[in-house]
Amino acid sequence: MLTVLLILLPLALSLITFMIKDEGAVKKFALAGSLAEFAVAVAAFVQYKTSCHCTLLFHADWFSSMGISLRFGLDGIGLLLVAMTTFLVPVIILSTFSHSYKLPSSFYGLILLMEMALVGVFASFDGMMFYIFWELALIPAWFICALWGGNDRIRITFKFFIFTFTGSLFMLVALIWVYLRTPAPHSFGFEWMLAAKLSPMEQSWIFAAFFLAFAIKIPIFPFHTWQPDTYAESPPAGSMLLAGIMLKMGLFGIIRWLIPICPQAVQQWAPGAMTLGVIGIVYASVIAIRQQDLKRLVAYSSIAHVGLIATGIFACSIYAMEGAVIQMVSHGINIVGLFIIIDAIERRTGTREIAKLGGIASKAPRLAIFFMIILLGSVALPLTNGFVGEFLLLLGIFEAHPIFAAVAGLTIILSAVYMLWMYQRVMLGKTNELTANITDLTWVEMATLIPLVVMIFWIGVYPSFFIETSLGDVLQILSLPINK
Amino acid sequence: MIAILILIPLLPLLGFLILGMGFRIIPRKITAIIAPCTILISFILTVFVFYNHICLPASPPYYIFPWIHLGPLKIDFAFLIDPLSILMMLIVTGVGFLIHVYSVGYMKDDPGFNRFFAYMNLFIFFMLILIMGASYPIMFIGWEGVGLCSYLLIGFWFKNHDYNNAAKKAFIMNRIGDLGFLLGMFLLYTTFNSLDYREIFAQAKVMTAGNTTLVAITLLLFVGAIGKSAQIPLYTWLPDAMAGPTPVSALIHAATMVTAGVYMIARSNILYMLSPLTMEVIGVTALVTALFAASIAIFQNDIKKILAYSTISQLGYMFVALSVGAFTGAMFHLATHAFFKALLFLGAGSVIHALGGEQNIRKMGGLRKTLPKTYWTFLIATLAIAGIPPLSGFFSKDEILAGVFESNTSVWIILVIVALMTAFYMFRLLYLTFFNSFRGTEEQRHHLHESPAIMTIPLMLLAILAAIGGLLNIPELFGGSSRLSGFLAPVFADAVAIQQRNTPLTYATEWILMGVTLSLVLIIIAWSYQKFVKQNKGLQPDDAPRPLAVKLIIQKYYIDEIYDMLISRPVLQLSKMLHDVVEVRLIDRAVNGLGTLVVWTGKTVRYVQTGNVGFYMFIMVIGIILILFFNILI
Repeated sequence: MLTVLLILLPLALSLITFMIKDEGAVKKFALAGSLAEFAVAVAAFVQYKTSCHCTLLFHADWFSSMGISLRFGLDGIGLLLVAMTTFLVPVIILSTFSHSYKLPSSFYGLILLMEMALVGVFASFDGMMFYIFWELALIPAWFICALWGGNDRIRITFKFFIFTFTGSLFMLVALIWVYLRTPAPHSFGFEWMLAAKLSPMEQSWIFAAFFLAFAIKIPIFPFHTWQPDTYAESPPAGSMLLAGIMLKMGLFGIIRWLIPICPQAVQQWAPGAMTLGVIGIVYASVIAIRQQDLKRLVAYSSIAHVGLIATGIFACSIYAMEGAVIQMVSHGINIVGLFIIIDAIERRTGTREIAKLGGIASKAPRLAIFFMIILLGSVALPLTNGFVGEFLLLLGIFEAHPIFAAVAGLTIILSAVYMLWMYQRVMLGKTNELTANITDLTWVEMATLIPLVVMIFWIGVYPSFFIETSLGDVLQILSLPINK
Repeated sequence: MIAILILIPLLPLLGFLILGMGFRIIPRKITAIIAPCTILISFILTVFVFYNHICLPASPPYYIFPWIHLGPLKIDFAFLIDPLSILMMLIVTGVGFLIHVYSVGYMKDDPGFNRFFAYMNLFIFFMLILIMGASYPIMFIGWEGVGLCSYLLIGFWFKNHDYNNAAKKAFIMNRIGDLGFLLGMFLLYTTFNSLDYREIFAQAKVMTAGNTTLVAITLLLFVGAIGKSAQIPLYTWLPDAMAGPTPVSALIHAATMVTAGVYMIARSNILYMLSPLTMEVIGVTALVTALFAASIAIFQNDIKKILAYSTISQLGYMFVALSVGAFTGAMFHLATHAFFKALLFLGAGSVIHALGGEQNIRKMGGLRKTLPKTYWTFLIATLAIAGIPPLSGFFSKDEILAGVFESNTSVWIILVIVALMTAFYMFRLLYLTFFNSFRGTEEQRHHLHESPAIMTIPLMLLAILAAIGGLLNIPELFGGSSRLSGFLAPVFADAVAIQQRNTPLTYATEWILMGVTLSLVLIIIAWSYQKFVKQNKGLQPDDAPRPLAVKLIIQKYYIDEIYDMLISRPVLQLSKMLHDVVEVRLIDRAVNGLGTLVVWTGKTVRYVQTGNVGFYMFIMVIGIILILFFNILI
């Protein structure tokens, strides 16, 4: 039941939020509501850990004639992502407290609506429900970017929408196709879809359709060009939701649906997918080196990081797959942290242009410390969250294809290059007119960053807690190709 | 016991946390107590561990808690306490403590006092983790952690962009090495199914020498060592790292961190012993590095840069020792080098302090009278590094030279040449700095002063160590008992057993070798005295006419410029090209083209929607016919 509550609660909260008029009240309510949602997720976590590590499953018939049912559940992987989502949403909401947006009730209502859709994606055990939530998440994301975004937002959000929506349609076709191949009476239920009889040729086509949808969402090179533009034009909270949580939908989709449904095609096409992933890592890292806009730099770094995760997933090794799960969570934490820092800088100086900044560390030491810690997480320094994920990912990729690991490992070097370059230009050196009177982090901003820093070190120092949660399910997914 | 072992790295970490969190409110006096005291207690505990170990040698890895457990992969926080790690712990905490005390005086007026000591404590923590870890990943935590601290401390004065660039360069070059280390670990794991030292070494012991996988592993790990220990081709960060405060140069870039590569190879001695090819690669790399860096040092005029190139050269010495399997010799030289090189840097710091920041030795001179304590301690260190008996450097260098002579005479000759160059540039430095008359400004002369006791006492203590450090391992030749060799023997036992023993040198040969080297060194010292003190040479300005070869060396063989041309700029251009051409013109345009196509299709197909029902019916019928037709076909 907790699973259903996790989906319904944000929906209810969202509807109430839309009706609150006062800005202050709406902020407080949204924060309190998202914290309540997080509490439910913690309860689900505790229940999962203390019980038999079994999936918390809920089933109710819906369109039974069409084989669509309300099938929700949380296995270890979904649970970690739901926990991450519900953890990050309050952080993101709190980070907006320093802003004053027009139509506040709609803004926060949409955030909570999006939370519902995201949790729904991670908890769906029915193909059609997965698709519905997948598309549902796009709507609030689009509105948040289109209504509260930058100057070029209409053109960019249109591009973003067309891009991801095109991918989704391919996924819909693939889902229906698999549905038609399920044993009669047909069903979209997860187990039925796994039992679908697919010829190798069909598997390849389905792989292609799914891959396109997920590759655009993640995004994998060369389907990524919507992303830097969208991040740059979105309001900070929008970028955080997109980069921190929403793009995990694509990675999650590969693990939950793509690999189990067409394992043979995955084995056949994995080297190709890994090649794209590895190219993306190097390509995006190299481009990141010369970016002038903080958000675009982080966007390209994100393409590189998720490229590594995608490569690892297709390596089909327990280390890489588990590393991918851990790194999905870590990436969410780190990138939200980076966007919060960028937002804090932009609000104070009015710019995100790296060349115009400098010397902030001497005026705002707390900001400098938090920035440095989050940066270390994203360049994967040992004892931070980034290292655990990247170590496992690279180890797994190495096991499958040593050369891929060597090339993908360049991210270790290149991430240091662009991240330290950014830090140096923004934080170090002498102050200028823009940064001379910059103020340090406020207590509210500290409150948004401290939970992230705690998670960076928790995952970095004692990852076993998170690995144990999801390891069983990772092993199960990897054992599927053999059974089928 | 385990509590003590945990406390040893934990205390510096606590120091870091306290100073880091309260860097704005903690008064300097408290910092000046907290920071050195945490290291002092760690040192005392290490001494305790050391005595305990002598009484009870066999100690299993001390397990603390699991780090990454995933199926067969089991990485624990566990410490391996054996003679090798104890030796390193003693050096790191002992020398580290003295440098902390010195820093209290040196950094007295710096606004970033607390931040400085927070970083220094963090460094000691990571260095101890590097040494004490019982597996490669734990070593890697320290390995990358010290790199971070090095980055933070090189760029300590972060308002200066050159310093920041130096810091960034150090971190990135280290990371290049770290990628090699990581890949080496992966190959270790896929080969041995473990990353724990003991399990790996136990399995490796029975493998045949020259095994390709072992060669690949050791080469990859050596790439890590190249980065961390500043060997060719990844050495250029170390001279630049002199941008950091001088105590940092002493602690991190001379005594401890840069020796991590030597420690790592000594730790993996079995793997390396079984990979003759790797040993040859190490030998050649290190020999070239030693010679190359020494040649640059001869023509440098920045007191810290000379010492930096000297460090690179001496590290090359240690790696040459490793490459011929003289592990004890390398570790012995590591220890004595930590003493005298830390002393040289601290002495240089004292000079720089007295001259208000001047680092050019051509603008010094005659400091012997005004800075007597600094002078005497510096002299001892110079004699030690030049290899004058009975100072520590003599014994450690002699052990390496003897070990090398056993296996390869031509390598020995090159090492002797390096030793002569070392004596030359060190005495050039000494003479130009401390002899003749002062060449600085009137204002500097007015302010010349000996450093306060808090700085000179560490100098004196290090001078004692630099002088008598040789006692650690007096060879039998001098009636000693090679204590250090005996102490470290269990660590290297397996490797030594594999090694094909050359016939040990006779005492007569050893005496001759030693006599030849020593007399040549003495001649060099006398000659440089003649040149720099009597004839007062070596003060030409940079643009004075010189032979082309000398100009080339003065410009450090243009290596930085070459790297810039071959790597940095192409990468930046590639970045621009990928973004402007591939990203914007190719991919994005293709995507937008697709969008335009969709809009165009929409506009065109729109005309089909006429609203005429008859037309729709007609299309429908055509459609049905087509479907039926295709069904028949299939």
